[in-house]
Amino acid sequence: MKKILLALALVFSTVIAFAQQTFPVNGSFDVRSGQYAFTNANIVVNANQTISNGTLLIKNQVIQSVGTGTTIPKGYVVIDLKGKYIYPSLIDAFTSYGVPVDPSASGRGGFGGQRQSVFTTQKKGAYNWNAAIRPETEVRTIFSIDSKKADELRKAGFGSVNVINRDGIARGTSAAVTLNDEFEHKVILKDQTAANYSFSKGSSTNDYPTSLMGSIALLRQTYLDAAWYKNQKEEYNISLDEFNKQQGLPQIFEADGWANILRADKIAKEFGKQYIIKAGGDEYQRIDAVKATGASLIVPVAYPKAYDVEDPAEARNVTLAQMKAWEMAASNPGVLEKAGVNFALTAFGLDNSREFWANIRTAIENGLTEKQALLAVTEVPAKMLGISDKVGSIEKGKLANFLITSDNLFKSSNIIHENWVQGKRYIVNKMDVSDLKGVYNLNVDGVGALTLKITGPTAASIERTGADSVKTTATLGRNGDWVTLSFNLKKNPKGDVRLTGYISSESPIAMKGEAALSDGSEGKWTATFKEAGKEMPKRDEQKPALAANGPLIYPFQSFGNEVLPKAESVLLKNATVWTNEKDGVLQNADVLLENGKIKAVGKNLAAGAAKVIDATGKHITPGIIDEHSHIAGSGGINEGAQSVSSEVRIGDIINSEDVNIYRQLAGGVTTSQILHGSANPIGGQSQLIKLRWGKLPEELKFAGADGFIKFALGENVKQSNFGSGQRFPVTRMGVEQTFVDAFTRAKDYEAALKVKGNNVRRDLELDALVEILNNKRFITCHSYVQSEINMLMHVADSLGFKINTFTHILEGYKVADKMKAQGIAASTFSDWWAYKFEVAEAIPYNGKIMHNVGITTAFNSDDAEMARRLNQEAGKAVLYGGVPEEEALKFVTLNPAKMLHIDDKVGSLKAGKDADVVIWSDNPLSIYAKAEKTFVDGVLYWDMEKDAQKLKQQQAERARLVQKMIDSKNKGGRTQRPMGTTSTLYNCETASDYSNGFEAINAEEGGHHHE
Amino acid sequence: MQKKEDITMNKKILTLFVALAASMSAFAQANISPAKAQAKKVILLGGVVHTGNGTVINNGYVVFEKGKITGVGDATTVKFATNDAELVNINGKHVYPGFIAPVNTVGLVEFESVKATLDFQEIGNLNPHIRSLVAYNTDSKIPATLRSNGVLMAQIRPSGGSISGSSSVVQLDAWNWEDAAVKTDDGMHVNWPVTPRFRGFGGRPGFSAESFAERTQAAIAELTAFFEEAKAYNEGPKPAETNTRMAAMAKLFKGEQKLYISANTQKDIVAAVNFAKKFNLTPVIIGGSEAYLITDFLKQNNVAVIVNQPHSLPTNIDDDVNMPYKNAAILYNAGVTVAISIENFWQQRNLPFMAGTVATWGLDKEKALQTITLNTAKILGIEKTAGSLEVGKDATLFISTGDALDMRTNKIEKAFIQGRDINLDNLHKQLDKKFSDKYGIK
Repeated sequence: MKKILLALALVFSTVIAFAQQTFPVNGSFDVRSGQYAFTNANIVVNANQTISNGTLLIKNQVIQSVGTGTTIPKGYVVIDLKGKYIYPSLIDAFTSYGVPVDPSASGRGGFGGQRQSVFTTQKKGAYNWNAAIRPETEVRTIFSIDSKKADELRKAGFGSVNVINRDGIARGTSAAVTLNDEFEHKVILKDQTAANYSFSKGSSTNDYPTSLMGSIALLRQTYLDAAWYKNQKEEYNISLDEFNKQQGLPQIFEADGWANILRADKIAKEFGKQYIIKAGGDEYQRIDAVKATGASLIVPVAYPKAYDVEDPAEARNVTLAQMKAWEMAASNPGVLEKAGVNFALTAFGLDNSREFWANIRTAIENGLTEKQALLAVTEVPAKMLGISDKVGSIEKGKLANFLITSDNLFKSSNIIHENWVQGKRYIVNKMDVSDLKGVYNLNVDGVGALTLKITGPTAASIERTGADSVKTTATLGRNGDWVTLSFNLKKNPKGDVRLTGYISSESPIAMKGEAALSDGSEGKWTATFKEAGKEMPKRDEQKPALAANGPLIYPFQSFGNEVLPKAESVLLKNATVWTNEKDGVLQNADVLLENGKIKAVGKNLAAGAAKVIDATGKHITPGIIDEHSHIAGSGGINEGAQSVSSEVRIGDIINSEDVNIYRQLAGGVTTSQILHGSANPIGGQSQLIKLRWGKLPEELKFAGADGFIKFALGENVKQSNFGSGQRFPVTRMGVEQTFVDAFTRAKDYEAALKVKGNNVRRDLELDALVEILNNKRFITCHSYVQSEINMLMHVADSLGFKINTFTHILEGYKVADKMKAQGIAASTFSDWWAYKFEVAEAIPYNGKIMHNVGITTAFNSDDAEMARRLNQEAGKAVLYGGVPEEEALKFVTLNPAKMLHIDDKVGSLKAGKDADVVIWSDNPLSIYAKAEKTFVDGVLYWDMEKDAQKLKQQQAERARLVQKMIDSKNKGGRTQRPMGTTSTLYNCETASDYSNGFEAINAEEGGHHHE
Repeated sequence: MQKKEDITMNKKILTLFVALAASMSAFAQANISPAKAQAKKVILLGGVVHTGNGTVINNGYVVFEKGKITGVGDATTVKFATNDAELVNINGKHVYPGFIAPVNTVGLVEFESVKATLDFQEIGNLNPHIRSLVAYNTDSKIPATLRSNGVLMAQIRPSGGSISGSSSVVQLDAWNWEDAAVKTDDGMHVNWPVTPRFRGFGGRPGFSAESFAERTQAAIAELTAFFEEAKAYNEGPKPAETNTRMAAMAKLFKGEQKLYISANTQKDIVAAVNFAKKFNLTPVIIGGSEAYLITDFLKQNNVAVIVNQPHSLPTNIDDDVNMPYKNAAILYNAGVTVAISIENFWQQRNLPFMAGTVATWGLDKEKALQTITLNTAKILGIEKTAGSLEVGKDATLFISTGDALDMRTNKIEKAFIQGRDINLDNLHKQLDKKFSDKYGIK
């Protein structure tokens, strides 16, 4: 016996060799050999092989043999499984089984909150400065068996799971365990399956990071810190040490949704990694991009619930994207399969593991093959976790982890009878006890003849015909063969009748036992099977979201396109053309667009092969350029927990699905600079985008443009109007020194990097500042009052860097001569003031004065609404100060192009420039002008006529989906109540806390805010 | 500062005068004094007269005396005796009734982020006793910047809570709030309790749609109970213990005050109107972003709407991207009485352009003009004295060289409030001059 055990121990890793061997026993030992033979079964060995009429032998926790014609040795308990199936128990690669679920910090304010700020970790010991980097966490050290959860998972068919401590950005190692519930020492299959990551800081009380881009920057910096750590002798750091040690393991990244998959993969590629990614379930929306990552995925089957849309007013609160996501979610696994993505399925995210099967079946109805489904819950996750030698198929030498089912696992009528885990039998639905459903003749002493109908495990009704005819429900209880029944007939007798008894015959079913009436009398009862009950239509679980899906749209949002529009060759004829070039405004002129570029501007151009659009009476201008925008971002626009955050990049968090992209195209906007907010003196790196509605985030980026960065001064950076004011600086004096310190450090850093053989810690924050010092990155600085503007110009002079643009710059008119001397551009508001003290002397003539002094001047929005009307804002330069109209239009076209260093590509109408062109119904500076068509790169992204059609189609599509949701509800599908949502709107001052995929935004609803 | 005898019908001299006035008024804001009462009859002759009632007279005249309009008409055939009057030649220019900005906090706040300057929101949920007029600061720097764009009157109101209190209508050229008042305590302002909307991620942990709906229902119940009790309180004999909050509701129930309810979604608007009907009140709906969906209901109930901020983003992601621009036009064309408002305080100077937007997106220009003049006056209950250029009304009007609803052409040369020739200087013009002088530019 002991020898065999030892032999087993050699087969498996020592981890699972019975650790309880070392434990003393209080009494006589009870060691069993656990020898079972399962005969006459359909054994599904793996997704490719099924043995009919096979025999499975197990001993203790190990499979001894699988096959047909097996001679069963003596000493085995034989279980006849005629007609039944054996499957490998399922594996879930992503669970929180046995560790705390969903950790998040209590009382964390995030930046802008009211509590004391937490700058560095509060964890005692030689750990990382930021508590979100906690690779030292090992699941094997904190895991403990959770019998209740194990039972739930086993009932759904799982036999082993990967346990992840879902806490932090670097989360440490996960462990694979079985769902045997005997002993931790026994169930741990593999102590370190993977190193785990996410974008969520979890329970960390550190303020930093507050945003998604901050999380990304922190992870990036951690890779660099860990690389540096290897070659230094200055400090010991448990976190970095562990981080390095874990790099040889599989790397699992929890991302939610395709956008975060792409973000995670980008980091992986930067550091030569390949993550296994826990997906969000919406990968079908951008399957090509997801496929291109080459990542293996762990995919949830937690589909959105239908919305309760019977009330049309409430239905308005549900977006087309939400409805379509409801309809299409179940097609996700099938789409992944067709695309050839390697993926496992997880029950993660389901309210209860019970839903797992219903949802897998729905996925199968929507295109997933049964074979792939089986692979995705057995062999694929086993391989991901490196436990294929132990689980995932029914093979000799592997663990005795298997299911006994009544039928094909994927049939809806299938019943999981038993789930054996490490040779231990767990009964899910007893194989040998009859289903009691049916109609019975019931006879109770002192009551008489009744009819009993049993319709479910606990559902029954009693009926009496004749004089005292009555019909009532009864409560049925059952424990194995033991049965209880209680009901109340109201009269004859009054009060409850309570029966207890047992199944006395199985074929046909009969029951008998003792009866107790409410008057205290007792007697006997019998029930004999009369006939099978009629099947009641049952309220099914979530109804399958049907195969007939509506079309995919790009982006997956209202106003998305089924087919992305392409660049056209177009001749725009006979319009008033505002060239922004020497030609000025041309009357009755044409513009020819070809291959995404402007081919020609002039009179009487030949169309050639181009489509002709008659623009008689219309005005044509270059596309509007918004120098200061916060649309198309996700997970927060401010990383304000530190006074310097030059390591964060807006480019990491571009959201291509933001409806405000489309709305702004409708206002003639074609290019936007997406800026970090203004919460700190040195903010994050900006991202210039073109409004290519429907393209991927990376495809929105303006190729070849110089990098910019946001700086800020004044009330926001000193936290005058929000938060607890705990973070340095809180005065304009401190603001100056923040810059002095940062750039002084950057210079020292640059010098140190140049010394050969130095092991200098790469610092992403200082890298960005070194770029500025070397004229490779350019500053847009949020600024208001003259003192601070003057200050930064002096700091820049003394430390040897240049300021490219002052943005907001509402007191620019007071120092316009100095700015002009420095060659600094100005991007301001047309007429905003009085929203805080530092704009007490903001005047609408600011733009005019700066322009007349000779500064390159722009008007910007900093607001998703105003951005739609920047042409009108330019019109205010005419209202306030009489700027000539041609010059005023340049405030929102050519001038911002100049200050963004892209005036060689956009900003004017000239042959060779990008075909970013707007057709207006009227003078573009007029309130009466509508943008009728907006081209970006020659692609017609906004067309007023097409928009009207789109709205109609959208209404029809919504109506179809509303009907489908109502049908689903009527068939018993679960619904959720609609909650109004608006698109996420950011401005400079938006402070948010990004954690656990949830973003709490610390800003007022609605309205316009400019900071 | 200005001598009336300088004014002749000579256009050149008039232009000169305007330039002179501008340069002479380049003092600190504190020296911008409210204008003196009208001493002499004024005749505006020859311009485009936008009456505000929907009609336009291309070569028209407006005459006013002692603060009241005494004549409006076609100038082609009329001759005026000019011996007792100032004759202002406005050939090629436009005359408009002064724009009226309803539902805002002008004079109740100076700097949005400086608590010491905020006087528009009190503590408490049921505050019918709160009155905005007494906090109206005539020395605020804001009103002068509004006048320069043609906004000459405002309805200032308290905000916050379920019942915010009483608004008043003021004119924007006054020594103190008593002077400023055009209509005191004109309306009671109720904010219909609403279920909050969420951005982006679509919800907050620990809160469900149901829990929010319950909270909303509780707030509506509280509001209803207060109205019921206040009505009974004011109908019955005076109780031994006075309740100032309930007593403050008397004017509303007596019909001496209008009821304004802020509500935006169609459901909330319907609920708010039905609520008011229970108390025999016809409310004015403020906000009304979804009012275009229920025009029939609004018409049947004779409910006017003050559409807030046409320059807004659509309520729902799926909505027509230009819906907020179109809302007021749809309401007007369906026969609903509609006016336009803008958020907050300093922003009121953009009111003309909101009306311009309404004109761009579906409404005739002169009708769009009504949404910031006569319709507003009707809704506020001041149409007997304001809102249009008609005989007998206050001479609150202005002259613009171009279309005043368009920022491209809005250029206010002269404005009168109750016949008083007001100073159009403001802090911004002064600072413009100060620094333009510094740099030696125009």
